[in-house]
Amino acid sequence: MGNLIEIRDLAKVYARGKQKVEVLHHIDLNIAEGDFLALMGPSGSGKTTLLNLIGGLDTPTAGTISVGGQRIDQLGAGPLAKWRAANVGFVFQFYNLMPMLSAQRNVELPLLLTKLSSAQRKQNAAIALKLVGLDERASHKPSELSGGQQQRVAIARAIVSDPTLLVCDEPTGDLDRQSAEDVLGLLRTLNREHGKTIVMVTHDPKAAEYANHTLHLDKGTLVEQALA
Amino acid sequence: MKYLHLIWAALFRRKTRTILTLVSILTAFLLFGMLDGVRTSFANVGKSAAGAKRLQTGSKLSFIETLPQSLQARIAQVPGVKDVAYANWFGGAYQDPHNQVFSFAVSPNYIDQYPEVSVTPAERKAFDATRTGVLVGDTLAKKYHWKVGDKLPLQSNIFPNRDGSKNWSFDIAGIIRATKPDDKQFLQGVVLMHWKYFDESNPYNRGQVGWYVTSVADASQSDRVARAIDALSANSDHETKTMTEQAAMASWMKQMGNISFIVVSIMGAVFFTLLLLTGNTMAQAVRERTSELAVLKTIGFSSQAVLGLVLAESVLLVLLGGVIGLGLAAMLGPIMSAGSGGMLNMPPVGAGSWAIGVGLMVAIGLLVGVLPALRAMRLNIVDALAGR
Repeated sequence: MGNLIEIRDLAKVYARGKQKVEVLHHIDLNIAEGDFLALMGPSGSGKTTLLNLIGGLDTPTAGTISVGGQRIDQLGAGPLAKWRAANVGFVFQFYNLMPMLSAQRNVELPLLLTKLSSAQRKQNAAIALKLVGLDERASHKPSELSGGQQQRVAIARAIVSDPTLLVCDEPTGDLDRQSAEDVLGLLRTLNREHGKTIVMVTHDPKAAEYANHTLHLDKGTLVEQALA
Repeated sequence: MKYLHLIWAALFRRKTRTILTLVSILTAFLLFGMLDGVRTSFANVGKSAAGAKRLQTGSKLSFIETLPQSLQARIAQVPGVKDVAYANWFGGAYQDPHNQVFSFAVSPNYIDQYPEVSVTPAERKAFDATRTGVLVGDTLAKKYHWKVGDKLPLQSNIFPNRDGSKNWSFDIAGIIRATKPDDKQFLQGVVLMHWKYFDESNPYNRGQVGWYVTSVADASQSDRVARAIDALSANSDHETKTMTEQAAMASWMKQMGNISFIVVSIMGAVFFTLLLLTGNTMAQAVRERTSELAVLKTIGFSSQAVLGLVLAESVLLVLLGGVIGLGLAAMLGPIMSAGSGGMLNMPPVGAGSWAIGVGLMVAIGLLVGVLPALRAMRLNIVDALAGR
């Protein structure tokens, strides 16, 4: 399979007051389509920054990022938002669901940006919830669900618009072992059976075992590439 | 419309805070509905097309000074004058001194000057033929269950009758109806009696009238005719001041105080407070939802869409409270009028008040929402998700 993501000479510098902090420097990386990649490294190593850049949440200071042949480092805020809506699903450590909406309505959120009818949105959300095994909890609000269930709703929200790429930032960081394994198993299924390319940041070596590859970052540089 | 559930859910994320804010908005617009009705009523007094063709002549010194009835014939001679009528304030109350009714002693042709008033020919004939006859406004008749043929006892708070008491007795000869809905409030709330009976029955002010009402043939000639009428009494002991009915009403209103200014001042203070209160609520609501707004942007909502969502939420909040408040004012006005036994006459919330009210709601909604919405629009996703 070809590369879905191609990163060349990537650097990211943040300004903290008068000080400039170079979080990432000279990153070169290819991620194949259909890959499941784990990014590991100590706190402050730049893994979340790299994930944000891959997901189009942030723009690089230097270097290029191509996803599916599209130079996302060259996109402005508006086109980048559209690109994210069409191509990327996000899973966060703390689920980041809308507390006042039901699971169904949370999953429907990305579809509000499409031209789908209300009935089609409902149907697609129901399919996504079924895929993560929560079709019977569709009407429940996040506060009525366990942490593991909330993360599965977040995964359903991430896949409902059928993106090519899933970026997951510590998806099991707030879960007990059993729930973490359920979530990781689900991600592996999405990768293997549905062909989703997944980039996951994690601190947990056990979580990284679910990935096909693990990359280590330290002080903003890729230090090692290991086969799972 | 597809975002409505999202806006609605965000609005009621903190139910107690939203409900308390809604109650504040509701109260402000309830007050607005009631006060704006009063302001509109006062502003519209005398502003009929017919009012522009009528001149009112009163004493130059004070409106309580009277004028000789003999002036009528001289005014009638002024070129451009079509007809002249006169009237006197009676100051009547029904049953209880609190039940004040607008009652006037008028010349036989007084009612002819008011085409906006309708009396059936038979009742008009009966009124003209009955010395103690009165014409009563339809609203008053309904309120006190008066009907044609009834005796009507009225107490004057100024004039005694021939036996020295202030209790007068009249016979209801007919009902006055306004031909236009806008005039109903005033014209259907009056009692008109014969000036001749009034003049002969009270020991004071014999041959004196309170004011003259002059119809002019051409409204564009009103100023010239007014000057000519005043010239008739120049340098006499009863100098007059003549102006159009509109100007006379406006002048009378000014003596009561600048109602518009008072109402606008009160509402200005109320809305300014509302602005701060609702602005604070919206700012707090958006601050609390920083990460949720960042998630919306993450999944592809554009900055403009997020701005629109917050503004829509803010406008919806004010519209919700405002429409309920104005609706309550529209409902409560008539109930309060009916319940006060005539002491209060709350005007209805008209289309004009609704239009201004809804305009204010949208403007306030946009004003209080603009800062939080801009903040949400400029939100940096990475910083917001990291809690910075």
